[in-house]
Amino acid sequence: MAWKLDSDRPIYAQILEVMQLRIIAGVYRSGEKIPSVRELAAEAGVNPNTMQKALAELEKEGLVMAQRTSGRIVTEDMEMIKQTREQLAREQVQEFIDKMEKLGFNKKEVVALLEQMEVKDE
Amino acid sequence: MNELVEVNNLTKVYEKKKLALDHMNLTIPRGRIIGLLGPNGSGKTTLIKLINGLLEPTEGEILVNGRRPGPESKACVSYLPERTYFQGSMKVSELISYFTDFYQDFSPERARQMLANLKISEDARLKTLSKGTKEKVQLIMVMSRQAQLYILDEPIAGVDPAARDYILKTIISNYSEMSTVLISTHLITDIAQVLDEVVFIRDGRVVLQDTVEHIRETRGKSVDAFFREVFAC
Repeated sequence: MAWKLDSDRPIYAQILEVMQLRIIAGVYRSGEKIPSVRELAAEAGVNPNTMQKALAELEKEGLVMAQRTSGRIVTEDMEMIKQTREQLAREQVQEFIDKMEKLGFNKKEVVALLEQMEVKDE
Repeated sequence: MNELVEVNNLTKVYEKKKLALDHMNLTIPRGRIIGLLGPNGSGKTTLIKLINGLLEPTEGEILVNGRRPGPESKACVSYLPERTYFQGSMKVSELISYFTDFYQDFSPERARQMLANLKISEDARLKTLSKGTKEKVQLIMVMSRQAQLYILDEPIAGVDPAARDYILKTIISNYSEMSTVLISTHLITDIAQVLDEVVFIRDGRVVLQDTVEHIRETRGKSVDAFFREVFAC
């Protein structure tokens, strides 16, 4: 999950996606502290204010919490992490379905294709 | 508190009547990373030299912390010139003692730490270092000061992509939240994502000053694409 940032989309939105993925994938574990704004900004090669904005958004979503002393920790609410994971999966599937529709596939055909692919794998 | 830098009606005419800055107005706030962008010969370096008190304005004024450039402004402005002014025969360690003598806000520990991270020997003479390494050493010196304003004139020109990433990371991790970094460059693609704001200059005038995010929102394109549009030949 490296930082591949694309200059055509808002940087902070892309940072948000990387951070969500890292939390879902357990790079940053539930209840653990995430690196500081400065560290993350340096790692991603982005402006610290942009990183700050992305982390504030992450906080608003509830995936991280600001600590009284300093820094932020990943939420201990496993349900929330699970929900975020599902939501991201839904978005991916929706995107996939949209693309398949453009290729002229209906849902049934898509499902059939998926099952075929599974068979191939086994 | 005063703005960090205020440029009022600033004009610079060189010998042979070359107009380098043309009644320029500009305000540089605190706590930002700002890109000073413009094509070659647009007046970037002239502006930087004026802020540093290395040139005298023909007309208008520059105020750093509310005062004209002088010893006080030099004590709080850390400047990386376009060209090196270090003696090639100097050792890196001598450079550190120079900076320690010259600047109260210089942290030799910080400089040594960064040099060690890059495995640059303090016994090395500057002329024996590669171009990229020399640029890194200079940047380390400049960023090891706790200045209010860092002015970096073309810090990433002519270095390889890995060195460029290192330089950008060094800038990000060393400036403090109340200080501002002004980076002049024409290599925008490489640098756009570290900037808060951009100032476009052309023919000695400010064409546009805006935040990177706002440009993306209102123009629907990246700063780089927008720059190409504004400065299309």
